[in-house]
Amino acid sequence: MAVSQLNGVKVWQRRDRAKQLKIWFGYFIAVTIFMVCWKYMSDRTIWIFVWDAPTQAIDIATRMVPPKWGYINSLWGVIWDTINIATLGTVIAIFLAVPTAFCAARNTTPSVRFVRPIALFIIVSSRSINSLIWALILVAILGPGVVAGIIAIGLRSIGFCAKLLYEAIEEIEPTQVEAITATGAGRLQVLAYGIVPQILPAFAGISVFRWDINIRESTILGYVGAGGIGLHLSASIDNLVWTQVSIILMVIIVTVIVSEWVSAKVRHSII
Amino acid sequence: MLRLDSLSKRYQTGDLALSNVTLEVPDSQVMALIGPSGAGKSTLIRCINRLVEPTEGTITLNGQELTSLNSSKLRLARRHMGMIFQEYALVERLSVMENVLSGRLGFVGFWRSYFRKFPQSDVDEAFRLLERVGLDHMVDKRADELSGGQRQRVGICRALIQDPNILLIDEPTASLDPKTSRQIMRLICELCKERKLSAIINIHDVMLAQMFAQRIVGLQMGEIVYDGPPNEITPDVLTKIYGEEDWEATIETVDEDDDENVDEPEQVKDEHHPGIDRDRMSGLT
Ligand SMILES: Nc1ncnc2c1ncn2[C@@H]1O[C@H](COP(=O)(O)OP(=O)(O)OP(=O)(O)O)[C@@H](O)[C@H]1O
Ligand SMILES: [Mg+2]
Repeated sequence: MAVSQLNGVKVWQRRDRAKQLKIWFGYFIAVTIFMVCWKYMSDRTIWIFVWDAPTQAIDIATRMVPPKWGYINSLWGVIWDTINIATLGTVIAIFLAVPTAFCAARNTTPSVRFVRPIALFIIVSSRSINSLIWALILVAILGPGVVAGIIAIGLRSIGFCAKLLYEAIEEIEPTQVEAITATGAGRLQVLAYGIVPQILPAFAGISVFRWDINIRESTILGYVGAGGIGLHLSASIDNLVWTQVSIILMVIIVTVIVSEWVSAKVRHSII
Repeated sequence: MLRLDSLSKRYQTGDLALSNVTLEVPDSQVMALIGPSGAGKSTLIRCINRLVEPTEGTITLNGQELTSLNSSKLRLARRHMGMIFQEYALVERLSVMENVLSGRLGFVGFWRSYFRKFPQSDVDEAFRLLERVGLDHMVDKRADELSGGQRQRVGICRALIQDPNILLIDEPTASLDPKTSRQIMRLICELCKERKLSAIINIHDVMLAQMFAQRIVGLQMGEIVYDGPPNEITPDVLTKIYGEEDWEATIETVDEDDDENVDEPEQVKDEHHPGIDRDRMSGLT
């Protein structure tokens, strides 16, 4: 946006000189930092292990076959647990996310000054802590088991659902709401007739999308004792039973594929 | 009777949208409000049902002062004012019937409305109105499946099912083609006549305003610069309202009755509903 006079001709450039120099300097700093970090990491890497990596990988891969097919029969229970953790966690999250979202959306919050910041804080804190960390904390509090997993998933998902939902609420068309208000409808009626129909598709989409993510996340929670298939995975790896590990990985992949398919179908049919 | 008394509105941005407007609309009068973009027409209409809070002045409807009502009293008062919007403002994802019935929300409790258990009398009235505007075969369609003209009819039904004392209408025809515009304007005016309703219609089309309104008020920069019958609109008046321009072609010169007769067949072969018997229908409403 720089226009300058050069021999009486107006010259236009995208940026003026000082700004352009600053940008080049920025690139220079970035490249320098990258090189310094590269050197630091390579000095501290034990390269013998790295060169050895392909051999190790091939070794593990060969030990994974043939998968121990019979093992799958002892997995049905934990698969069921995993799905339940994801589903119940999502349900809890949705119940808590809906009011949070309404408090966080600028056009529906009871108070922009007080309530909105609290809602936003809930969203940020829920989103910034990984479900594995939530699970670690909850296992310490509640003891190991499925309940810790459900709550961990729930807490992690509130922020995600509430954030997407409040963005959807802020994007509704205000004239529809005005029209309902103008009929003399009460506050709740305005909500039910003017706002809810507008955000319903987004709401359904967000819910199944998060459920689908949660299926994936809950496969790992067993690692810290919060129930589900992860417990078997960690035990099998610790005991070097690679033929079981391969079965578990396959089961996880199939579960995730199915959940993605279900969520895609549901979303498609709603929107 | 609606009375605005030295009404002013200054938006938070500092724009003075209305300054000291005094206006009286007697019962069953259809009044057109014309004026250039930004003159404050929408603001004036929205001050009446307080979608916009007036800064100064008072508004009285049938003896009740609207400007001083608290929010629950305002809600009750809004039930008696029907509003029709330029972009229809139907709830897109609800059906035609739900949209019409939403006009009754002020009269039913939350749970009844939530479960769509409106009193049978409301449902009867909704069917009657939809039939009157020629949409009775579209009851179950979703609002976003309708054409502009059809949506505006649904909007009219939603306003009328409130059984209002006054209609506030903000550019009802601005998104419609010329013919549909006339049909909608005619429909509105007929319904007002049948029900002895007064109406304020914001409109950009001076010719339409002259054709259908009993009185025209010209607004310019938030002030009333013309108030009189439609046939006294002259190029000078339009210049005063809108500014310098060649106005001769804009003004309706044809005798009004002639025009009614010319347009009559249009109304009958109405989009999807050929040959509705209007006299019979108007008897019902
Ligand atoms: N929400 C708002 N916030 C701030 N200023 C506004 C707002 N709405 C309208 N205004 C200002 O008030 C003035 C009148 O606007 P208004 O919408 O009433 O005009 P109008 O006559 O309806 O125009 P149009 O014919 O284009 O609809 C304008 O100057 C506009 O900028
Ligand atoms: Mg306007």
